[in-house]
Amino acid sequence: MDGEELTEQETALYDRQIRVWGADAQRRLSKSHILVHGMKGTITEFCKNIVLAGVGSLTLVDDRAVTEEALSANFLMPPDENACSGKTLAELCRDSLNEFNPMVRVSVEKGDLASFGVEFFDKFDVVVISFCSLATKKLINERCRKLSKRVSFYTVDCRDCCGEIFVDLQKYNYAKKRQDGTTECELQYPSFQEAISVPWRSLPRKVSKLYLAMRVIERFEEDEGRKPGEICIEDLPAVLKLKKELCEAQSLNESHIPNALLERLVMGAREFPPVCAIIGGILGQEVIKAISGKGDPLKNFFFFDSVDGKGIIEDISDPRPKG
Amino acid sequence: MASLQHSQAIKGAKVLMVGAGGIGCELLKTLALSDFQDIHIIDMDTIEVSNLNRQFLFRQSHVGQSKAKVARDAVLRFRPHISITPYHANAKDSNFNVDFFKQFNVVLNGLDNLDARRHVNRLCLAAEVPLVESGTTGFLGQVTVHVKGKTECYECQPKPAPKTYPVCTITSTPSKFVHCVVWAKDLLFAKLFGDKNQDNDLNVRSNDAARSSEHAGDAFEWSGNEDLEQYGRGIYDHVFGYNIELALSNEETWKNRNKPRPIYCRDVLPNRMTQQNGNVDITDDLSSASAMASLGLKNPQDIWCLMENTKVFLEALKLFFTNRRKEIGNLSFDKDDQLAVEFVTAAANIRAASFNIPSHSLFEAKGIAGNIVHAVATTNAIVAGLIVIEAIKVLKKDTESYRMTYCLEHPSKKMLLMPVEPFEPNKSCCVCSKTPLSLEINTHRSKLRDFVEKIVKAKLGMNSPLIMHATALLYEIGDDLEENEIANYTANLEKVLSELPPPVTDGTVLTVEDLQQEFTCNIHIKHREEFDEEKEPDGMVLSGWTQAPSEKKDDKTSIGNGASTSKSLPTKLGITEIDIEVKEISGGTVSPGTKRKLSEFSDGSTVDQSSDVDQTRNNKKTQKHDDDGGLVMLDHWDSNMSKKQRSP
Ligand SMILES: [Zn+2]
Repeated sequence: MDGEELTEQETALYDRQIRVWGADAQRRLSKSHILVHGMKGTITEFCKNIVLAGVGSLTLVDDRAVTEEALSANFLMPPDENACSGKTLAELCRDSLNEFNPMVRVSVEKGDLASFGVEFFDKFDVVVISFCSLATKKLINERCRKLSKRVSFYTVDCRDCCGEIFVDLQKYNYAKKRQDGTTECELQYPSFQEAISVPWRSLPRKVSKLYLAMRVIERFEEDEGRKPGEICIEDLPAVLKLKKELCEAQSLNESHIPNALLERLVMGAREFPPVCAIIGGILGQEVIKAISGKGDPLKNFFFFDSVDGKGIIEDISDPRPKG
Repeated sequence: MASLQHSQAIKGAKVLMVGAGGIGCELLKTLALSDFQDIHIIDMDTIEVSNLNRQFLFRQSHVGQSKAKVARDAVLRFRPHISITPYHANAKDSNFNVDFFKQFNVVLNGLDNLDARRHVNRLCLAAEVPLVESGTTGFLGQVTVHVKGKTECYECQPKPAPKTYPVCTITSTPSKFVHCVVWAKDLLFAKLFGDKNQDNDLNVRSNDAARSSEHAGDAFEWSGNEDLEQYGRGIYDHVFGYNIELALSNEETWKNRNKPRPIYCRDVLPNRMTQQNGNVDITDDLSSASAMASLGLKNPQDIWCLMENTKVFLEALKLFFTNRRKEIGNLSFDKDDQLAVEFVTAAANIRAASFNIPSHSLFEAKGIAGNIVHAVATTNAIVAGLIVIEAIKVLKKDTESYRMTYCLEHPSKKMLLMPVEPFEPNKSCCVCSKTPLSLEINTHRSKLRDFVEKIVKAKLGMNSPLIMHATALLYEIGDDLEENEIANYTANLEKVLSELPPPVTDGTVLTVEDLQQEFTCNIHIKHREEFDEEKEPDGMVLSGWTQAPSEKKDDKTSIGNGASTSKSLPTKLGITEIDIEVKEISGGTVSPGTKRKLSEFSDGSTVDQSSDVDQTRNNKKTQKHDDDGGLVMLDHWDSNMSKKQRSP
């Protein structure tokens, strides 16, 4: 137990979840500060989950204006674009999230995420970004890693019926609880750059095909200078060509990345609401675990595809010892 | 692409949601975002503060209002053009009959109790509407699909009976804190503040029956002008002191047990808490009085010492008599009644001290006494997403891809969300396969009332049953009965089975039917003279479909709705066994989890059938899992039912 007790109001509101993770974890949650970027369906679900859970503060970054596409999987905004005029996505979401839980401070930070310096990220315990280019993912991840304190870093993306979560907790120590007792564990996470640099040949034989397919799409959008999700069926031949090149360069059999899967990802840039709920839920749980220090955090990728219904954890780290 | 593929099926669908609580709020939101246009939602509950941490459609200002209605309004704010029809009503109401259910393409359950789930299951079977069922506890969750004739129904798998404790464990030999809580809540609280005419086993059974009853008579009655602290001390000494002494006199009981110690109030708290005051200031102020508040105890997570428990006990008792006088005689324990929780916590802790059982905080005691569900928003959100995915498959009649999905706390085979193929209907299920049951009962001693309460209502889950012996009606519940029928049935209730007209004896077949559920079952009666009071507390044994598979009893799962978390995964010979528990949360009782065993085989290799798997289970099938569309099959408790083996 550290210091301050929960107020009577907090105990009443959070009663059911304190029964899951304990008062100590609830106190830590209430002192945590979270930053999110990319107010689409999945991030919206995530924000709802952690605001309900009772984090200390939540900061939203997304300067885009409201579009029909942005509204499609978002329950935080009225559907009328005119009613939203003049406000950014982040501002509209803030207004709704504030109502969910008056004990959580929800605010908006304007500007381009990539332009924020290292010191900006020092204010946060957790940074979750979505709807970002490959370069931005790497950049923000590196800035979080430059800080002396640990800032837990997550990326999340949903396309079609598929979702991906990446987790970087740097060096993470926790008490692993099992039936037969508790053991102290230390996990060493690679950065996003390190993880995706792991040669495909050295990945586990049955690694999720979604992992490889997402790398192809990410690379395609990066090479073509597209915004994330700015891709359509006309791009498929070029995407398939890129897949072939990447597989050859990595000496991986092309069958590991089914064309049908790439086709789905290319065509379904829009999020599928049930998958947003699932990925936003898993991400919420992971962030709560990392803040509270309770439970086994996932390392370091999570994939869900509603076509097979599996929610799979993949550990993609460089197997070679550090030198 | 998803939206295009699904849009046709979704847009034309009319769906019924049962439950607008934790799962319900998430589900309604996800259905609306997924473009469902016509949603009906039933929930009888009103909103409480402790819902707000996860039922995100509700705000502080909605406390006390209908969940179904507020949920509708909240969702219409972001999807104004869809149709949501709320019903602030019990799903078991007679207007929600088979015809009502028939108008829907699919029914989605977000319920929190076994009774309502069974009821909806039967209506869906009768109306031939597919059902997607769900449940969560903490980080664990489950979603299943039930389609008549294609997959098992909700009741094909035996459901564990709500946990009950043998009477003498509660009255005389508690060994766990939960036993003390049950005693404090169901016996002491009920005796002091509840209906005086109810049977109550509070007083210790003694060989010297006359002695105990004579002493008990006066201790619980408040004369009306007696000083309340004095009165409280009298009760305290009676239940924690005298009754324990009495119990100790039954030496047989303590041969193999640790003896309890009697506790008297003067030894814990020699001085009075307040000045003697002859005139009690009775206010009948119904505002939430709190013993903790008046004693300056703030943190509900603290564990009180014996003296603090004693003070809370006396103070709470006094507050009931001063502030809530009018309610005494009609009170039943309510987890949201602060004063009641304080009293029960203190009483349970003092009893625990007698029996050398560790004390617990008010927060913990409240959870145990109120059967409080451990619930978080994230699991509900995930489960709601999974329900919608299955609902869309059902609407597209994509039978082959139906899955039952488990949300796990610890990954199994790298999976946190684990889909498995649904089971075939169980041929011996009395609900969907109309298999007869058999009942062992003492026909000379058990009354029809016992049969109705313990079997027809509790076990078979019928609301408005009709009981027939050949063509003769023995009993019926319904709205349109004649007066003489009612008199006749009421008289029958008090008769023992063998004296009914016509008599029910060994070999009789009774037909029990629920007209609303359109559910009928035949019960073969077998007379039996004796029953084991500990193991068969009902005094009757129903077998047939309720027969649980010979699963090892597991004490770890016994307490509370969410006391257990998912388990570690013992591995043997490449086989991982997982006990997945999805808790049933029922009204006032503690219930253990449903358990299923899952066997998985590494890398899709063939099964070594000779490995040390239970003989009855070794007939299982596996499918090679491939990363695309691969799945894991659960072995069925009745392997002959396995899908691949079934002949058409
Ligand atoms: Zn069945």
